[in-house]
Amino acid sequence: MSDLERVAERALAAAADAGAHEAEAWCEESTSRQIRAYDGSVESLSDAGGRGIGLRVFHDGRGGYAYGTDLSDEGVAGLARTAVETARVADEDEHAGLPDELGTVEVDGLASPELGAWTTERKIELALEVERAARSQEGVTQVEDTVYSDSESRVALANSRGFSAAYEATAAWAYCSAFAGEGADLMTGLGVGLARDPAGLEAGAIGREAADRALALVGARQPESRRCPVVFDAFVAASFLGFIGGMLSADAVQRGRSLFADKEGEEIASRELRLADDATDPGGLASAPFDGEGSPARRTPLIEDGRLTTFLFDARTARKAGRATTGSATRGSYRSPPGVGTTNLVLDAGADSLDELVRRAGDGLLVTDVAGLHSGVNPVSGTFSVGATGRLIEGGELGSPVREITIASDLVSMLRSVRAVGSEGRWVPFGGSVNAAPLLLGEMSVSGA
Amino acid sequence: VSLVAPELAAKVIERALARGGDFGELYVEDRHGLAITLDDGRIERPQTGTERGAAVRVVLGDATYFGHVDGLAEADLLRVADSVAQAVRGGPRGAPALREPVAPGLHPVLRRPEEVESAVKAGLLRACDDTARAASGEVVQVTASYGENRRRVEIYNSDGRAAADDRTRVRLGVQVVARRDGRVETGHETRGGHAGFEILEERPEDVAASAARKALALLDAVDAPTGRMPVVVGNGFGGVLLHEAVGHGLEADAVQKRASVYAGKLGERIAEPFVTAYDDGAREGEWGSDGVDDEGTPTQRTTVIEDGRLASYLYDLLRAKKDDVVSTGNGRRESFRHLPVPRMTNTYFGTGDATPEDLIAGVEKGLYAVSFGGGQVEPATGDFVFGVSEGYLIENGKVTSPVRGATLIGNGLEALAAVDGLASDLSIATGYCGKAGQRVAAGVGQPHVRIRALTVGGTA
Repeated sequence: MSDLERVAERALAAAADAGAHEAEAWCEESTSRQIRAYDGSVESLSDAGGRGIGLRVFHDGRGGYAYGTDLSDEGVAGLARTAVETARVADEDEHAGLPDELGTVEVDGLASPELGAWTTERKIELALEVERAARSQEGVTQVEDTVYSDSESRVALANSRGFSAAYEATAAWAYCSAFAGEGADLMTGLGVGLARDPAGLEAGAIGREAADRALALVGARQPESRRCPVVFDAFVAASFLGFIGGMLSADAVQRGRSLFADKEGEEIASRELRLADDATDPGGLASAPFDGEGSPARRTPLIEDGRLTTFLFDARTARKAGRATTGSATRGSYRSPPGVGTTNLVLDAGADSLDELVRRAGDGLLVTDVAGLHSGVNPVSGTFSVGATGRLIEGGELGSPVREITIASDLVSMLRSVRAVGSEGRWVPFGGSVNAAPLLLGEMSVSGA
Repeated sequence: VSLVAPELAAKVIERALARGGDFGELYVEDRHGLAITLDDGRIERPQTGTERGAAVRVVLGDATYFGHVDGLAEADLLRVADSVAQAVRGGPRGAPALREPVAPGLHPVLRRPEEVESAVKAGLLRACDDTARAASGEVVQVTASYGENRRRVEIYNSDGRAAADDRTRVRLGVQVVARRDGRVETGHETRGGHAGFEILEERPEDVAASAARKALALLDAVDAPTGRMPVVVGNGFGGVLLHEAVGHGLEADAVQKRASVYAGKLGERIAEPFVTAYDDGAREGEWGSDGVDDEGTPTQRTTVIEDGRLASYLYDLLRAKKDDVVSTGNGRRESFRHLPVPRMTNTYFGTGDATPEDLIAGVEKGLYAVSFGGGQVEPATGDFVFGVSEGYLIENGKVTSPVRGATLIGNGLEALAAVDGLASDLSIATGYCGKAGQRVAAGVGQPHVRIRALTVGGTA
């Protein structure tokens, strides 16, 4: 048993002493580094260590949560008393409580030993190389921000039903923000990479992506309004899919906050689109052997043959619906109690390249960035109007760059209009953790001047 | 009693500067929070948190070395100081002489929220639920949330600074969903401050009534118009447009990296001469106020736009030194886990002489954007997109039908230059601002403002 598991067990004992009927302790310890490069030098270097515990208790059907950074016996005992005290203010909830299905699965490759072998100097060199790759592209006028970051974390979860397990994970990521053009014509581009260790990051590709995305938009203007087919690149597809994934949470459904509430089993998308939630894919940074309350991790198909196969359930929402958990209790850190949500969303890639999707669009719009997604979508009706940036598509070829436009449709019409999924699937850190690919969609209303 | 004694702080800074550095700093924090939510008529998810931690920062030339740790034990502090020092390449410096920390400009807290019974807070949420549901049978869902937190911080640095602050914030938020036939609309309202529970003692249910009114009004909404038109933006939360589309571009880190359209424009005319704007972290009891910033600089009111001219950027210590000016008290951080960066506190337009009715009367056909559901801005260009959560048509100088689905699209510099009227009804609302992965309390505000022309993207 690890140190962290022992802390969790101590917290359970303290919760029982404080009078809790059921309790669950989530302990976490992490170290992380962040390197910011600017203009060929290190702008900042951060080194951080954190340890904390979150304790969830249930008492007479009432749930309470307390978290803290003090892992001493005294600290943990105080935390347990606070958690029980906090639970008293809650109303009774017959569905609340620990999960009935507890367990872990093997997920290989969550922690890479390679990360520990990298010195700080090598990581600095990687960050500088990302910056150089962006800065050296002709037409790039500034590289505003280049960040390399990594973390090693250990998590232990134990509950009063006898569950106790732990795991380790590593992650490394880098991003770069480059500018092209000057003054009012300045446009920005972002490059990103995600992996389990720095060896999995391609520094040159991340810097070039930032530069290419900015350069592609130089001279962007507001176009005339039109209705036309639209292509989303993988970044934009990920943002939309992440938003849709959030609305498949059974919690959103049960609270009447999802437009998919009455659509389980129904056709909501084109047959081209296959989407799953997968907590067992080691490439996805949200993977883990068990979910935020100790139910085993799994892969859950969400959209198959155009049909919505299931919502995402944790123990509480499953009990309320008379269903089984899908292992979808998620938690950001020990500082928050588990919620219901996606882990890694995985879109099945298709056969055609992005170029081919653009060719098939004929006359349309390639969207490379959207803004205001969370304020621009009505979560109940699904109608949306969001800001967009991208390139016009003219005769199957990329044409002039455009900005200050809005695209409007509704989410179900959009999902049903998917004509093809592109072949360039990749992990994108937008909309959560999403493995996304470009999408060719039917006509949307594009408003400009 | 200080969280960390000045003698220990001096020792930690000396260790952090063991291998050189122009500047060394210790930031320590003790934070405690409580959050309670009412959803579907039921109090759910009550939670509390208690954290203590420290951050050490060393600046050498243009490079910053940083580390943080959970816990305030001497061993924790020295370990993080040593780990930061390891990365520095230079000659050692001695320990600074440090006094007991001083806390200037504390904001009054008349009723400590921790001393108010949880049952009273739960009662507040139930009262909000009742008020919202009583507004109409069409109200189908109410979510009310109460949050309080207290952050005690101390900042010591190698220039001899020893500052402290004791910050208490309280906030109530209500979201109401109304339904008629197939139509569902949402209204939202908040009240909060850097203050104690006293700000929620007077008619807290007004917050719920306002949220309900917004949701119900939208049930009658027509589709938003599309195209360029005059826009009158509401007071209070309407100021988020200024915050996002202008304010971020005035933060000195963006300016110095030429990632702002306001770079090189100091002293230039960027708005009509009657336009003045401030960032004011000292405004008493306001949501975005503090006694000192997170580098120990006393907060102040900074005039950022004076009579239409760009008057000042917003600085923390690091960027101020680079521009050879003094910090404006805008070095803020979410917690000890973050580096301070230039951030707004409470940002708002100064008042004009007009009434909101005067501004509206001058519009033949336009949009009255009372509040926003959120927005996004590209700081480098100032391009913005805002979803209008409560909006109305203006027709022949009068406010007529509510509209839904309106989006404002534009550019900060252009919109600022197009401000052609300011009312006298300044108010400031509570927001959270995200930047560099950090979320801090920020006050946004303004009186009613008229913008000559802006692109409205509708659903029609």
